[in-house]
Order: sequence, then structure tokens, then C-alpha cells
Amino acid sequence: MSDTSSSKYIIELKNVSFVYGEGTPFRSEALTDVSVGIERGTVTGIIGHTGSGKSTLVQLLNGLIKPQSGTVLLDGRDIWADPKKIGQVRFRVGLVFQYPEYQLFEETVWRDIAFGPRNMGLPEDEIKRRVSEAMAFVGLDEKLADASPFELSGGQKRRVAIAGVIAMEPEVLVLDEPAAGLDPMGREEILGGVWSYQRRKKSTVVIVSHSMEDMARFCDRLIVMCGGRVSMTGTCADIFRQADRLTEIGLDIPQITRLIFALKARGVDIDTDIYTIDRAKAVIEEMIKQKRSGSRC
Amino acid sequence: MLKDITLGQFFPGDSPLHKLDPRTKLILTTVYIILVFVARGAPGFAVILLFTLAMIAASKIPAKIILRGLRPLVFIITFTAIINLFWTKGENLLFRLGFIEIYSEGVLYAVLMVLRVVLLLLGSSVLLTYTTSPIALTDGLEQLLSPLKKLRVPVHEFAMMMTIALRFIPTLIEETDKIMNAQKARGVDFSSGGIIRRAKALIPILIPLFVSAFRRADELAIAMECRCYRGGEGRTRMKVLKLSYRDLVASVIFVFFTAAVIAANVFIPWLSV
Repeated sequence: MSDTSSSKYIIELKNVSFVYGEGTPFRSEALTDVSVGIERGTVTGIIGHTGSGKSTLVQLLNGLIKPQSGTVLLDGRDIWADPKKIGQVRFRVGLVFQYPEYQLFEETVWRDIAFGPRNMGLPEDEIKRRVSEAMAFVGLDEKLADASPFELSGGQKRRVAIAGVIAMEPEVLVLDEPAAGLDPMGREEILGGVWSYQRRKKSTVVIVSHSMEDMARFCDRLIVMCGGRVSMTGTCADIFRQADRLTEIGLDIPQITRLIFALKARGVDIDTDIYTIDRAKAVIEEMIKQKRSGSRC
Repeated sequence: MLKDITLGQFFPGDSPLHKLDPRTKLILTTVYIILVFVARGAPGFAVILLFTLAMIAASKIPAKIILRGLRPLVFIITFTAIINLFWTKGENLLFRLGFIEIYSEGVLYAVLMVLRVVLLLLGSSVLLTYTTSPIALTDGLEQLLSPLKKLRVPVHEFAMMMTIALRFIPTLIEETDKIMNAQKARGVDFSSGGIIRRAKALIPILIPLFVSAFRRADELAIAMECRCYRGGEGRTRMKVLKLSYRDLVASVIFVFFTAAVIAANVFIPWLSV
């Protein structure tokens, strides 16, 4: 495998299966024969129901759990080829868990964010640079650096935790429900911060979320999970075009796309590949303008 | 990984043993433990061994799981065996090497003592911990101890504390697992380095764990007060424990079992210890 680094996938799962509690009465199959790839330099969204295997999938990506069968390839190399080097994989694939604010433990925000880089054994000035950069990405004020993370608000704690992983500058940043339980402002800021980080660093980002709206706005590609299997992959347009299939597995399309479908059903001549409000606004304004100029003639 | 540690080792199922009332099982387990200590001769132990094997069969719990339960005791069992083997003086010398002397009585003692420890664990775990959910167990305990309320022993409060503790063990285990994973993702290495390094690696786990345990305790207390919890006074239960014919049958079987062990002790005390 010589041309692996130029492959379009940075992470690739091949026929991966994972079972919890094998050999006990609590056995449950989390993933069954999953083959999927994460494209280099994109924002990939993973959507699916609770229990569809999203979180398991995410933990497989950085080697926190080992699949019972199948392989996980990072840059074309099996991450479990040498189990002793799995720590290196975790530095290359940064994972932010659900409700990451519960993992904070240091005395100050600065030291908590520096924890990951310090574990990587980086020199002190490099750690300093990364921490202040990470704080800027997630929108944390420099003044908070010496505060105790336990004094912060929920949203700020979340940012500290995300900054702690961003500061490791992983090639792939994986976030499991980064915006869960936040108010709309908080969602916007965190997702926006991650997005601008991705664009600036040209890295690869994977986001797990329930919100179709967020997915439509921030993701380039989507992976739809259902019952421990991958049911669809493709660009946002590819996925949301199949509204019927999504509804069938109990998922939704963005509300704005539903509105556009309704308009189409009422005989409005409109392109249905619209899934963000901004785009819908632009298209509808354009239509109105055309209509006005048309009626003037 | 942490999930493999099952609390109280409850193994869900619907065998006759699972269906017994927890109070019956608590009492019968006590009887069983007493019998294991009462038994003196090999025939008595044989009776208990057969009875225990029958209970294991009735519980429908895989032998593998039951044997796994013995694993933590390997050290104690070996220790008991060695102590008894070398330190028992008797009449029939079997073997001598310098100051080490092994008598046939020593071998017998070792075998029976090990058997006693193993039976104690097997019987009580099959009869009680493997087949009774922890919550049912505390319920049963509360009811059995309720006469102590007259002596102003806060039985209900103890039972409630136990129930809550049991209820939160899986939650805390899950939480520990999550926090461990999160810190592993940030490069903590739990499995290498010396003792001091490993102990230090625990700090990033213990602090968040304590913080969240206190937070949960606080939330639970508020939730209970919101539902007007004010102790056991006048509190009724959703699941009232009821004795059924099963409990009667089990008790009768135990009466015969007790009789058999005592008879063996009295009439055929061969190879007694």
C-alpha cells in the first residue's frame, strides 16, 4: 500500500462489527458489518437515532474500543496493527465526548486545556501557543485562563473541554453531540467555532448530531446510521433528497427543506435541493424578483 | 471493560430460585451458612455438596459464570489449604522433609476446609446474590429487619441508603468509564509507568467523578423532596412482597436438607474434622 496517503479517505472502516458484553446475558450488537470512509478535509456528519451505533462508531475511530471483527484504517494503516502504539492514534484523532464538561479536573482553565498537549510531550512554548489558539477558536476570553473550570457556566465549560482537544491539533477532530443541551446562541458559537477551525486548519472534522438543521449548515457529507448499520452516505443534498427514506427510519429532513417540498407540491416551480435557511432565502428572493420583473413586462 | 464488573453478580433469569421471595432466600441462606459450619464429617459435606450442585442446576446459571465468581477467592482457598496441610499434627505421618511434616489428618483437614469455603461461597451466591436483584434484596432485608424499628433502629433509612447506593453503582461505573475514555482520548496512559505515575493518572478521573457524584446526590435529594419524600412513615410500596407456594416448597426442602446434614453428622461422622 504505497499510495495510501493520497487516498481520499483519511479514516476508513472495513466490515467492522462491535458487540457489547459478549458472552453475558446483556450482550448487545452495536455495529454490524459497517464499511464507511471519512473523506480528508471535509466536515462529515453522523446522524441516527439514539442506539443506532453512532457513539460506538465514534469511539472506534480513535481506537478507544477495538472491533471484534473488521479493520479501522487511519491513513491506510490498520490502527490496531500495533496495539502498543494506539496512544499515537488518539493524538492524531481527537475525540470530544458527549457532555465533555464533566471531564474537567484541573485548577485552572489554562492547565486543563494544556493537559492533552502536555501528555503529548510538547515543549512549553508550543503548548502555550496551542492553548491560546484553541481558546480563541472556541471563543473563550483570555481573561478566563486563570479561572477555575468549575466556576464557569455550562456553555463555557463545554468550550474549555472542546478547546482541550483542539489544542492537541489532531488531524481528525471528532465531536459527539457538541451542542447538546446548549441554548441556540451557545450552539451557534460552538458549531461556528469548530467550523472556522476546520476551514482555517484544513483538517478533517466529524460531528455527531440529532439536529438536521445544524448538519445541513455545517457538514459537507453525511453518514446516516440505523440499527447498527450505515443506511446512507453522501453529500447533504444526496441525503436530504431522499426524504422518504429518512422518514422511514424515523429521521427528519430540515424544516426548511420540508417547506420547499410543500411549496413544490403546491405547484411552485422551485429547486428542492435547498436545506439551509440562507439558501432558501436567496432562492425565494430571486424568484420574487423574477416574478416582479416578469409582471412588469 | 469496567462494565464487566457486575455488582452483586445478579444474573437475570426466571428459574425457580429467581422467583423465590427475597425474604425466604435471606433466611434460607442464613440456614445454609450455619449448616456449612455445622457439618463435620465427610458424609455431611457430601450432602451439602450434592444439594448445592442441585441448586446450581436449578438456577440455570452457566457453570462458567459461577466458576468465575470463585476466582477472587483463589488466594484465600490456596492459603487455607496450605495452612491446614502443613500445620495440622496427627498420627499418620505421610511425608517428611526437614521440618515439613504432612499427616493424613492434615490432608483431610485441608480438603474439608477448602470445601467449606467453596461451598459457603457457591451456596450463598447461587441462593442469593446470583438470583436476587440487589433492589429485591434490600426490600427483603428491610422487611425482615422491620421489627427493629420498635427499638428505634432506622431500618427504613438504612434500606433506602442501600437502595440508592446500589442504584447508583452502575451509573457511577458507567460514568467512570466515560471519564476514563475522555481522558484516554486526551492521552492519559493508565497502563504503563511506575506506581506513582499510575496513581497520578487517576487524578483526572477521580476529581470529575467526585464532582459528578456530589452533583447527582444533590439533584436526587431535591427530586425526592419535590415528591414529598419524608422517610418511611406511612409509606406504601408499589411492589408488595408476597409469599407463595414456592416459598413453602423451598422451606420444606430446606427442612429435609437440614435434617439430612444433622443426621449425617450424628450417625455417620466418618472422617470428622
